[in-house]
Amino acid sequence: MQYLFALYQDESAWPKMTKQEQEQGVAAYAAYTEALKTAGVLKGSNRLQPSASATTLRTTNGKAQILDGPFADSKEQLAGYYLIEAADLDAALAWAGRCPGAHHGVVEVRAVWEMSSNNK
Amino acid sequence: MTLNEGCAEARSTADAVARRSYGKLVAFLAAHTHDVDAAEDALAESFTAALADWPQKGCPDNPEAWLLTVARRKFLDAVRGQRREAGSDAIDGIAEGLSAAWTEREFPDKRLGLLFACAHPSIDPGIRAPLMLQAVLGLDAARIASAFLISPATMGQRLVRAKQKIRQAGIPLRIPEPEELRERLRAVLDAIYAAFSEGWIDASGTDVARRDLAEEAIYLCKLVTELLPGEPDAMGLLALMLFAESRHRARRDADGEFVPMGQQRTEEWNAAMIQEAEALLRNASSLHMLGRYQLEAAIQSAHTARRMTGRANWSEVVELYDALMAFSPSPVVALNRALAIAEKDGPVAGLAGLEEVAADPRLGEYQPWWAARAELLARTGNIEAARHAYDVAIGLERDEPVRRFLDRRRAALRG
Repeated sequence: MQYLFALYQDESAWPKMTKQEQEQGVAAYAAYTEALKTAGVLKGSNRLQPSASATTLRTTNGKAQILDGPFADSKEQLAGYYLIEAADLDAALAWAGRCPGAHHGVVEVRAVWEMSSNNK
Repeated sequence: MTLNEGCAEARSTADAVARRSYGKLVAFLAAHTHDVDAAEDALAESFTAALADWPQKGCPDNPEAWLLTVARRKFLDAVRGQRREAGSDAIDGIAEGLSAAWTEREFPDKRLGLLFACAHPSIDPGIRAPLMLQAVLGLDAARIASAFLISPATMGQRLVRAKQKIRQAGIPLRIPEPEELRERLRAVLDAIYAAFSEGWIDASGTDVARRDLAEEAIYLCKLVTELLPGEPDAMGLLALMLFAESRHRARRDADGEFVPMGQQRTEEWNAAMIQEAEALLRNASSLHMLGRYQLEAAIQSAHTARRMTGRANWSEVVELYDALMAFSPSPVVALNRALAIAEKDGPVAGLAGLEEVAADPRLGEYQPWWAARAELLARTGNIEAARHAYDVAIGLERDEPVRRFLDRRRAALRG
C-alpha cells in the first residue's frame, strides 16, 4: 500500500530559527529522505512554500471563486509531504515516527486510495 | 433420520462450530485483505448454505473445513467483484494464501492478530471491546449494543466505521513486533476488561446479553493466554476476572437483594475458579514482571483469602493499592485505596484519602465514591453528612437491588 504523510507544523517558527538551527533542520529532513530512499520505499516528497502563498479555488455554479490563502486556517499548516510504500499501517507508522516533522509538528498518515482496491 | 432431526442436528453443529471457530475463520479470511466486513459476510453466507445443505446430506466430518471452503469461495467472489479493474495478481495472491493452508485440512489460528487489529492505537478506544466481541466471537450488533447501553443503530454504524478503518488504513492483522508488543497487548487486555466490566454491572444476571459478556470476556482472555503464553499481565487479567466471576452468584441473596462482599456466603463462591485464579497469579508472579492486572488480581486474592480464612491483612492490601497507584493511577484506585486505609487506620484516615481525589470531576457522578464517603462519615458519627452522601449515591445508582441496599444503609443511620 502507499501512504501519504502530510506534515503539519507551525510555520512561524521557521523564520525565528537561527541560521544554524535552520541548517540542522534541513539536514534532518535530508537524512530522513535518504533513509527512505535507501530502504526503497520513497515514492515522492516535497516541501511546500509557506501557506500564505496558497490560493484556494472553488467552482460554484460554473464560476470559479478564487481566494487568497490556505483552505483551513489553523495553528499548524501543511508544510510538506512524503509518499511512501509500506506493507500496512504499522509499517507506515514506524516510518512516520522517524520523520523529523513528528518532533516539531504533526504527521498525518493516510492510506492512498488504490483504484484497484475494494474501497466500498 | 427424518429431515427435522437432520435440521436440528445441522443447526446444533453449526452453532457449535460458530461458537468455536467463528473468529478463527474471520481472522483467516481477512488476514490478507484487512477486510473483516467481507470475511464476516462470506462466513454468514456459508453458514446459511450449511443450514440448507447439512440436513439433506448430513453433517460433514469436518464442519469447520466445509464452512471455510464455502466461505473462501464466496469471499474470493466478493473480492473479485470489488476489484474488477485490478490486475489478477493481487487476487491470485489472496487465493493462494487462503488455499495453501487449507489443503492440510487445518488452517492457522490468526485470531490473536485480529484481536490486535481491533485494539490498534488508531482505532477509537471506545469501540475496541465491541469490535472484538463482534469480529472474534460473532456477537451481533444489537446484542453488543444492549450490553453497552447504546442504540443498536449507533452501535452498528460505529462497528462498520471501525471495520472500514481497518481495511482502508491497512491496519495489519498480526502480532506486533516485540518492541511494541507489551504496549499493544495492554490495549487488547484493556478492551477485554472493558467488555467484562460491562457484563459485570448486571449482577442479578437478568439481562442475558450482559451476563454473557463477562463469560465472553473470560473466553477472549483465555484465548490470549493460550496463543501468547508467558505474558504475566494477560494471566493477571484472567485471574482478576475469575476472582470476580467466582463470586457472581453470591452477589444476590435468594430474594434478589444485593449482598456486599463482606457479607457474602463464601460457600457460594466458585472454588474451582478461585483455584484457577490463584494458580494463574502464582504463574504470573514467577515471571517477575509486575503489571496492573496482576496487582488488581493480588488484591482480589487478598480479599478472597480474608473471607475464607477470617484473617485480615489490611497493611498488605494498602501496599498493593500503593503499588497499583504507581502503575496506573486513577480516581477509582484511589477510592479503593482509601477504603483499605479506613480498615487499617480508621475512618478519619479513610475520609482523608477520599478527599485527596474529591476534586476529580469524574467522581461527582460515581456512585461508589459517594457510598464509600457515606459509610465512612457514618462511622465517624457525622450522620447528617452521611445521610446526604447516601442520598447522592442512591440518586446515581441505576441498579435497583443496589439502590435498595443503599436505602437500607441510609435508613439504619442513627442520629
